[in-house]
Amino acid sequence: MNQLLRFTTAGSVDDGKSTLIGRLLYDSKSIFEDQLEAVEASSAKKGFDYVDLSLLTDGLKSEREQGITIDVAYRYFATPKRKFIIADTPGHIQYTRNMVTGASTANLALILIDARKGLVEQTYRHSFIASLLKIPHVIVCINKMDLVEYQEEVFEKIVDDYKAFSSKLEIHDIQFVPISALAGDNVVNRSENMDWYQGATLLHMLETVHIESDHNHIDSRFPVQYVVRPQTQSHQDFRGYAGRISGGIFRAGDDILVLPSGFTSKIKSIQIGEEVIDQAFAPMSVTMTLEDEIDISRGDIIAKPNNHPQSEQDVDVMLCWMNQRPVNLNTKFFVRHTTKEVKGVLKEIQYKLDINSLQRVENVDQLTMNEIARVKIRTAQPLAFDSYRKNRITGSIILVDEGTNETVAAGMIV
Amino acid sequence: MSQYYLSHLKELESEAIFVIREVVAQFEKPALLFSGGKDSIVLAYLSRKAFYPARIPFPLVHIDTGHNFPETIEYRDWLVNELGVKLIVGSVQESIDKGRAKEETGYNASRNSLQTVTLLDTIEQYKFDAAMGGARRDEEKARAKERFFSHRDEFGQWDPKNQRPELWNLFNGRKHQGEHFRVFPISNWTEMDVWQYIQSERIPIPKLYYAHQREVIERDGAILSTSPWLKLKPTEIPSVRTVRFRTCGDMPITGAVESTADTIEKIIEEVAASRKTERGTRADDKRSETAMEDRKKSGYF
Repeated sequence: MNQLLRFTTAGSVDDGKSTLIGRLLYDSKSIFEDQLEAVEASSAKKGFDYVDLSLLTDGLKSEREQGITIDVAYRYFATPKRKFIIADTPGHIQYTRNMVTGASTANLALILIDARKGLVEQTYRHSFIASLLKIPHVIVCINKMDLVEYQEEVFEKIVDDYKAFSSKLEIHDIQFVPISALAGDNVVNRSENMDWYQGATLLHMLETVHIESDHNHIDSRFPVQYVVRPQTQSHQDFRGYAGRISGGIFRAGDDILVLPSGFTSKIKSIQIGEEVIDQAFAPMSVTMTLEDEIDISRGDIIAKPNNHPQSEQDVDVMLCWMNQRPVNLNTKFFVRHTTKEVKGVLKEIQYKLDINSLQRVENVDQLTMNEIARVKIRTAQPLAFDSYRKNRITGSIILVDEGTNETVAAGMIV
Repeated sequence: MSQYYLSHLKELESEAIFVIREVVAQFEKPALLFSGGKDSIVLAYLSRKAFYPARIPFPLVHIDTGHNFPETIEYRDWLVNELGVKLIVGSVQESIDKGRAKEETGYNASRNSLQTVTLLDTIEQYKFDAAMGGARRDEEKARAKERFFSHRDEFGQWDPKNQRPELWNLFNGRKHQGEHFRVFPISNWTEMDVWQYIQSERIPIPKLYYAHQREVIERDGAILSTSPWLKLKPTEIPSVRTVRFRTCGDMPITGAVESTADTIEKIIEEVAASRKTERGTRADDKRSETAMEDRKKSGYF
């Protein structure tokens, strides 16, 4: 069975990120002739004497003019083993919000290190964001090995440095691979220039990394998205709760608890369209019916009586501020959590983090764009949530501005 | 012990159904933009799954250029009946007659870009606040940065540099009076995913997609079907060839490919081996490097 792997890349123009993506797409035969022809023509127009593969990934006119990636761009490729979605994000500090966005749905982060330079500020930043967003897997690509004569010592030194640094972070699965994106070493094809390297190629790692356990399959959570009431002759009394499982496993016959009401019942049936299924788990979109007629609506969470989220009005959050206008204490928002929307207020900023040094900065009463801080938010009604560490879906929120309706912040519940 | 993970197709299906339900939950008057192409067909079938056993709680909206393949209209009417869903047709011809849109002239004249006017007028007339479409991010580079929930101002325009960040599966559909959203539930699907899904779900598709005999001409490397709307140059002599279509758009500009693929299995084989993108057969995208981005900003699909 072919699985889907979502991964994120972050980097700036000169660390070879675009070349690496171009290489993955090109060597896995995912670039079409007409795309390549268009890029060749653009490269020629710009007076380049090589084909600039980064033009494949820079989508918007202003980006192509400036030669930088501003926004998150999504790329797709597939091999016989897996299908891949790349969230390609800019790596500069002023684009932290884009990195956070790309990381929010990723199973894996690719971190690029220039073999000549070793760990730099960006490496720390990207790794920290991967850790903060709880991306389960990280592959560190030590790139431009061709420019350091493919020396094993260079690779080993960077691996040691990275391990020393990352022990401070929460990244549990890290792999390292020495590559040259430009020359193609160890990206899709094994390098003949580094016989000292016994590990897998980058593509092989992407194809085999164990992602089956990335979803939480222990704590059953089902945020109700929509109530299906056909009210037709043939389905007079049908009342189904539609939503996407965000954790655990639900089976017909299971006892359930509804939050925030506290009502209990049993699952009568679970279906996807017309097909009735025995069990449902994340990330399936299903419709559930219950044995009892109880009042359930959008925003409620169905869990188990012996394992359910906490329901509270005060929430501790790691917040990434994403809007150009800074935010001050006591600002009010709409808080979106799973399928629920409630009003909330920024009660306290405990500290903000310098994301390059990971130092805490205290006595702060304002956050500006791309800053990350630990805050307290009070909501108008209780939210039934888990910690983000436990569940990336029931542990995440966004803040929406009351006046402009823009999404202004992303939060991970502590 | 059973494995608790999904195939890539099931995961994409689940994501799309989630987005479609989110639209119905967050908006008052949603609609599905139905072109008759395979992507919007898949969207219609996903919508049925999302709300079963209830009926699809929004209408299909077809922006009719008047330059359709007859097979598209035949299929559309069959599908509407099959799904028990309401159909609303916005007519480009009417927009032209009312002086709202101006017909292009010349050999490569197309009503494709005129659809924008009719689409925005239809959205305004019926007060739709969310229009779902089958666009995919893999189709074209401007689309690679499109959100699932794409905000449009009161003039229907897209501002690519000022898009709302989209995190996890939290979609923000809040808007001011007069604004609307375009929503793309199959953003993350590729052409191959769409075909594999059509195969695994046994979804019927218009005959155009299968290899058939057709009278065509060749122009600038594209194979175009003869039709009352295709103005032939003196040197262009039509001939009958065995072809099929990879997309189905405005008839005079939708290019065919030579093919003998007359089953879904053969189409998938052909798509897998193809070295050209499906939009490579569309004359409208070849007008300039930013043709799609420019059209999207002004309110195109």
